[in-house]
Amino acid sequence: MNYTIKINGVSRTVDVDGDMPLLWVLRDELDLKGSKFGCGAGLCGACTVHLDGVAVRGCQTPISSVGTASVSTIEGMTADPVGRRLQEAWLALDVPQCGYCQAGQIMSATALLRRTPRPNDGDIDAAMTGNVCRCCSYTRIRAAIKMAAGSGEKS
Amino acid sequence: MTASRRTFLKVSAAAGGALMLRATLPGAVRAEAPAEPLTAFVRIAPDGVVTILSKNPEIGQGIRTMLPMVIAEELDVAWSQVRIEQAPLDEAKFGRQFAGGSQATPMNYDPLRRVGAAGRQMLVTAAAARWGVPAAECRTEAGVVFHDRTARNLGYGALASDASKLPVPDLARIVLKDPRTFKIIGQPIHGVENPKIVTGQKLFGIDTVVPGMVHAVFQKCPVFGGKVVSANVDTIKKLSGIHDAFIVRGHQGADRQSLTDGVAILAKSWWVANRARDKLEIVWDEGAATSQSSKGFAEKAASLAQGSPASWLRRDGDAQGALKDAAHVVAAAYSYPFLPHIDLEPQNCTAHFQNGKVELWAPTQNPGPGQKLVAATLGIPESDVTVNMTRIGGGFGRRLRNDFMVEAAAISRRAGVPVKLVWNRADDMRHDFYRPAGFHFLKGGLDDKGVLTALSDHFVTFGQGGKLADAAQMEATEFPAALVPNLAFGQSVMELGVPTGPLRAPRSNALAFVFQSFIDELAHKGGRDPVEFRLAILGEPKVLPGGNGRGFDTGRMSAVLRKVAEVSDWANRDSLPARTAKGVAFYFSHFGYFAEVVQTTVSAQGEIKLDHVWVVGDVGSQIINPSGAENQVQGAALDGLGAALGQGITIERGRVVEANFDTVRPLRIDQVPAVEVHFLITDHPPTGLGEPALPPVIPALCNAIFAATGKRIRGLPIDTELLKV
Repeated sequence: MNYTIKINGVSRTVDVDGDMPLLWVLRDELDLKGSKFGCGAGLCGACTVHLDGVAVRGCQTPISSVGTASVSTIEGMTADPVGRRLQEAWLALDVPQCGYCQAGQIMSATALLRRTPRPNDGDIDAAMTGNVCRCCSYTRIRAAIKMAAGSGEKS
Repeated sequence: MTASRRTFLKVSAAAGGALMLRATLPGAVRAEAPAEPLTAFVRIAPDGVVTILSKNPEIGQGIRTMLPMVIAEELDVAWSQVRIEQAPLDEAKFGRQFAGGSQATPMNYDPLRRVGAAGRQMLVTAAAARWGVPAAECRTEAGVVFHDRTARNLGYGALASDASKLPVPDLARIVLKDPRTFKIIGQPIHGVENPKIVTGQKLFGIDTVVPGMVHAVFQKCPVFGGKVVSANVDTIKKLSGIHDAFIVRGHQGADRQSLTDGVAILAKSWWVANRARDKLEIVWDEGAATSQSSKGFAEKAASLAQGSPASWLRRDGDAQGALKDAAHVVAAAYSYPFLPHIDLEPQNCTAHFQNGKVELWAPTQNPGPGQKLVAATLGIPESDVTVNMTRIGGGFGRRLRNDFMVEAAAISRRAGVPVKLVWNRADDMRHDFYRPAGFHFLKGGLDDKGVLTALSDHFVTFGQGGKLADAAQMEATEFPAALVPNLAFGQSVMELGVPTGPLRAPRSNALAFVFQSFIDELAHKGGRDPVEFRLAILGEPKVLPGGNGRGFDTGRMSAVLRKVAEVSDWANRDSLPARTAKGVAFYFSHFGYFAEVVQTTVSAQGEIKLDHVWVVGDVGSQIINPSGAENQVQGAALDGLGAALGQGITIERGRVVEANFDTVRPLRIDQVPAVEVHFLITDHPPTGLGEPALPPVIPALCNAIFAATGKRIRGLPIDTELLKV
């Protein structure tokens, strides 16, 4: 059936089954490839997107459950002040190795900084532990979050 | 400033200075000016923009940035002038194009410097001819040729057309820069695709879109080598959204990385295709491997260890006799499990077969053999197989095998449309080429002064079809061979039905755990400091055979070991609180010398907290990209810790039990300690960094756990039950 959802501020309509996960609507129906498929079970965070600013796993979010919530993806983060600061910090610290997980990492970090603008290490652990980086670029991920938060000097 | 930044600058300083090149978010795409091919690797446009082709696949090791840096340095251009393109697969033109074995630096550093220098020489020759002056009077800087005497200069863009008509000079005789004048090599240059990565642009194999393509899944037998007897494909075809479903037959006589039996399901969306597997009913002929299990292998290995080894890898002196005479003897059985690669981007490939030819978009570490395998399996000429190399979401050795390429090609041919095949996580975990498990039955003897006099190992490993399974070998040169007077390495083999292959630092990732843990046991038995005991075994600097032909230099190893003891404050480790301790280990692999110290705190409940890791490496005279180098080394050390703490594959009835990240657990951010990286710069050719930092971290952790708890870890992954008070 038809679902109309708001993605990065733009309304899009797709004709899919209601239980199709948002991740696959984004990737295969709307050609937004930034959100990544990693595990299909909510265990790796590569598919992290925002619903009304809250980080969720796109692979565990049926399209029928989205309703009127605003969906944000990595493709929308350059226009988001917090997301953009994080992208710039990621570049400044040369965070990625393979890069496959980094969209999900930035989405989780953006949700964190909106909620907790000056996170401590415990806040970062709690918000980011669902996001796997198989290359283990975690040291730079943590440093980039602190840089974007302006709390790097205090750590 | 964070710990990470401090380390970063330390690394930069070690390589001689720091120039931060600021990356920018992608803006408007500039129109590309027409360009002249200068050599196979370099194009220079009239506006001076230099396009450098990067020959090898990018798996996160930073090669797409690093290899062009080497060319750009000798070409003598500014990095800001450089644009980078992935080279097409053409090994006749570019040499071997693969990502593996930490080989890119040793194989390409010198040749690509010569490529860059040749381009520079051609541009200088063109300028000198234009001006009618001797080439020797010209100099270059940042993409401009200067003739100082007549105060003339010309940018490379203005010279490219003339230069491209010149013959390429003899690469063997080309003059290279003095490394002290390097402006790009040795600087922390950031990943050239980072702007695309952080903005979510299409980049990886799984992001490929080909007009008219359909999405595919491929269900193989859960038992390795199983065959399809029948499947309800007619039912599947009737499901909503399904484009097609059919049985694919394995390629007769093919090896394990070629096509195996399975059922393909094709749909408009991958999720629809994957969901249809719930309704798929396949009758399998599971074959002979169903009798195999991890438990059975362990029992068989223990039984084989009761007897003599089937063969000897090495026998020096009289190990048995010396063990009898030893003042102290330690006997221990070590084992490690099968390991998966868990690339975060699941195996995938897009293929378009038409008119007898196939084009592939493949995240492969090894495109050349992939091309050959597809050609052989489909029965078409290699020249009719085009491979486009995509960025790769993690390799770790898994993508040296090209089974996913063959599957996509075969499915596209049968379906008659372009096909994007994507495995789900269970496919990926259950159809891997695993790091082989292994079993070691060790004895070591010390004299009354704590000097190592004898060591023996009965290695029980795996074979397939009359030879050792892939990556299941141990070299006769394994440390401490040639450094102990009485030493015996014996080997027995069990037949294996499970596919195996290289995983980051193959063999070394397991053998380092065994030998560097056992050496630690011996040090403690003899009442010796584990660093001092190792230094004593390494002895006076000498080069021993082994190490892929370059030899194992005990002096270089002693130097990194001494340095890691210094930076980790090893001497004061007794001042740490109860159940907090440091452990040390070293290992030589992929030409790299690494010594590492791990500090851990083990709770009364047995929980392991990683406090700090110190890494000291010697990979020769030049750290080409200090930013990438630090990222690789930190990643490799953490990768090893993650495997030791939470990863292992269990075989039952010939199939893999684990299917996802709940049971094979990747390291997560809340487990990550500070990882401090130091390089010793030595007068040796530069070598690679993708792998050699991984092996020693596992025994360093296990040795720290022993020091903290008195419990010796002899099996992986670490069983925290053993560590409870």
